[in-house]
Amino acid sequence: MPINYYIFLALALFCIGVAGVLTRRNAIIIFMCIELMLNAVNLLLVAFSKMHYAAAVANAPGTIVGTDAQLFVFFIMVVAAAEVSVGLAIIVMMYRNTHSIDINFLNRLKH
Amino acid sequence: MSNILNYIWLVPLFPLIGFLINGLGRNFLSKTLVSFIACGALLASFVVSVYFFISVKEGNHELVKLFDFISVGKLSIPFEFQIDALSSLFLLIITGVGFLIHLYSTAYMHEESNAHYARYFAYLNLFVFSMLLLVLGGNYVIMFIGWEGVGLCSYLLIGYWFKNTDYNNAAKKAFIMNRIGDLGFLLAVFWIIQQFGSVSFGEVFANAESKSTAVLTGITLLLFIGATGKSAQIPLYTWLPDAMAGPTPVSALIHAATMVTAGIYMIARSNILYTLAPTTQSVVAVIGLATAIFAATIAIKQNDIKKVLAYSTVSQLGYMFLGLGVGAYTGAVFHVMTHAFFKALLFLGAGSVIHAMHHEQDIRNMGGLRKKLPITHLTFLLGCIAIAGIPPFSGFFSKDEILAAAYEASPVYWIVGVAGAMMTAFYMFRLYATTFLGNFRGTKEQEHHLHESPWAMTVPLIVLAILAVIGGFVGIPKVFAENAHSLEHFLSPIFTQSEELVKKDHALSHSTEYMLMGVSVALALIAILYAVNRYSKKPELQDAEGFGKVLANKWYVDEIYDAIISKPLKAISIFFNNVIEKSGIDGFVNGIGEGVQYASRQLRLLQSGQVGSYILLMVLGMIILMVVQFFIK
Repeated sequence: MPINYYIFLALALFCIGVAGVLTRRNAIIIFMCIELMLNAVNLLLVAFSKMHYAAAVANAPGTIVGTDAQLFVFFIMVVAAAEVSVGLAIIVMMYRNTHSIDINFLNRLKH
Repeated sequence: MSNILNYIWLVPLFPLIGFLINGLGRNFLSKTLVSFIACGALLASFVVSVYFFISVKEGNHELVKLFDFISVGKLSIPFEFQIDALSSLFLLIITGVGFLIHLYSTAYMHEESNAHYARYFAYLNLFVFSMLLLVLGGNYVIMFIGWEGVGLCSYLLIGYWFKNTDYNNAAKKAFIMNRIGDLGFLLAVFWIIQQFGSVSFGEVFANAESKSTAVLTGITLLLFIGATGKSAQIPLYTWLPDAMAGPTPVSALIHAATMVTAGIYMIARSNILYTLAPTTQSVVAVIGLATAIFAATIAIKQNDIKKVLAYSTVSQLGYMFLGLGVGAYTGAVFHVMTHAFFKALLFLGAGSVIHAMHHEQDIRNMGGLRKKLPITHLTFLLGCIAIAGIPPFSGFFSKDEILAAAYEASPVYWIVGVAGAMMTAFYMFRLYATTFLGNFRGTKEQEHHLHESPWAMTVPLIVLAILAVIGGFVGIPKVFAENAHSLEHFLSPIFTQSEELVKKDHALSHSTEYMLMGVSVALALIAILYAVNRYSKKPELQDAEGFGKVLANKWYVDEIYDAIISKPLKAISIFFNNVIEKSGIDGFVNGIGEGVQYASRQLRLLQSGQVGSYILLMVLGMIILMVVQFFIK
């Protein structure tokens, strides 16, 4: 499949994520949108990695050039999982305090 | 023998030590001790000076380098003393007349408290020290140190009675006027450094002929500005009459031995520069002449005994500058010397009168003091005759030498000069007649207390009177006897370079010279007779009217200066204070503060606390970055 398809898919996912973050007030949905953006990036990384690997193998069989981005993706997923746990914990605490998960309540941190 | 001149630093050392002891110990020393130290220091200086003078008379001269003072790059300014005919003559005048004034002061100032008495003598010693530094300095920088020193000391002494605001103002005026002149001197020194790469007299004078006339004219004019400040010439003379605020012996010291002669000395020392710049010479001559006649007109209508003498000093200094301007350097120095004698005598005599009259200075309240103060009267009379220029008193010889040289330069100079000399004779004898002749016009109490001054005051008067009478015989003109002008002979090494440049193509014939002398003496005698006749019987007690009022108010020069300099300056200052300072500088500084505060207030709105808006901004930022990157590539 041409790389363009992956790029457009990733772009579409990312834009949906951004739009969701900007427009929604529900903390969980915003969270999900952030995950969407992360995964759009992951998808791109994997796609480019596969493309470079295919090109490198064609020139020199047995090489591992281009696979490092796939390793990155695992790290991102791990960090994202950790982040999700922290984020969800914050949301839980927020709900306990305010009985709401509306993001606009967070502006109280200012006071 | 010439090695002995290496000890020249002894001369200024004594007054310096005297100053330090009296200045530091003013709270502990008794009056007797203070006067002993102060007078002793001057006497020691005088004795040493006489010794050096004799040595110089035998043909020695020396440049004594004490240590390196300033050494920067190629420029090296050593701390050096120059002892030759000119400086040794000034040493004698300064220390000799200075000693007599110190001695006189011990009696005149005895009413002051101990600490103030010591302070007075400390200043006096410092004054003499500065003046010695000025005349001994072997280069312009050392001279400038002394030059500033006398300015400072005159300030301290004029404002000696510092509790009186008027006196303080007079002191400030003297200091500021001097500072204006000093700036000219300083600029001249810088110019000399730039042109000659040295400030030593020897090097500067030796290379003077290789410089362009324009440069020399500039340098000499700047030096002359310095001289007008120190030596009280138009337009900076107004401080000198106000300097009468100080104690009378100080006036004598400023007017006779030190300070005002500094300008004359400096020009006489730099004579070669002036000879090479004829334009400056004309300026000097014209300013000198103008000052001479201008101050004389003012002196005619003054009623304060010291003010008359003050304007007479300004006038006589004008004659000295006239002498310098027409190239009669010897005559000018000669007049400095004779003037030191008779003007110190007149001031000390005036001090004696003031002392006897319990600080009364208005001559309208005096009169008839002849019988009560016989010694003061006689010496004062001799001083008046000397300054009026009656032969064979000292003033005649020196003034006549200057006037003869002026006649050679231009008969117009001579006519104006003689008119001034006539006025001199007139106002001096007006002063004499009003003070000493006629009937006593003071209060009964004053009359009761009238007394001749103690010996410490009369002895200096007598010594100075003798000098004022015979002082002229060192400079007998050629008409009377060939080679009798011993002063000219003595000073000739200093002025040879100038004299070689200006070859006199014609000397005045003897008959012309006799005629000139005859006319000036006759006019002076007429003025004297008229003045004595008029003022001994019927002194003018009313305030002057009409034109006399203009003269009594000193041609309103102080008022004019006030109107054209002080007032506009004050107006500009107020304008700067109110407009430039308040709205300009303050506005700028406050504006920055207010601008930062305003900007902060606006920026604060960004920190809304709305997470959504933060994210929006973040995304916008990212988009902008991407767009920018896209277009830059």
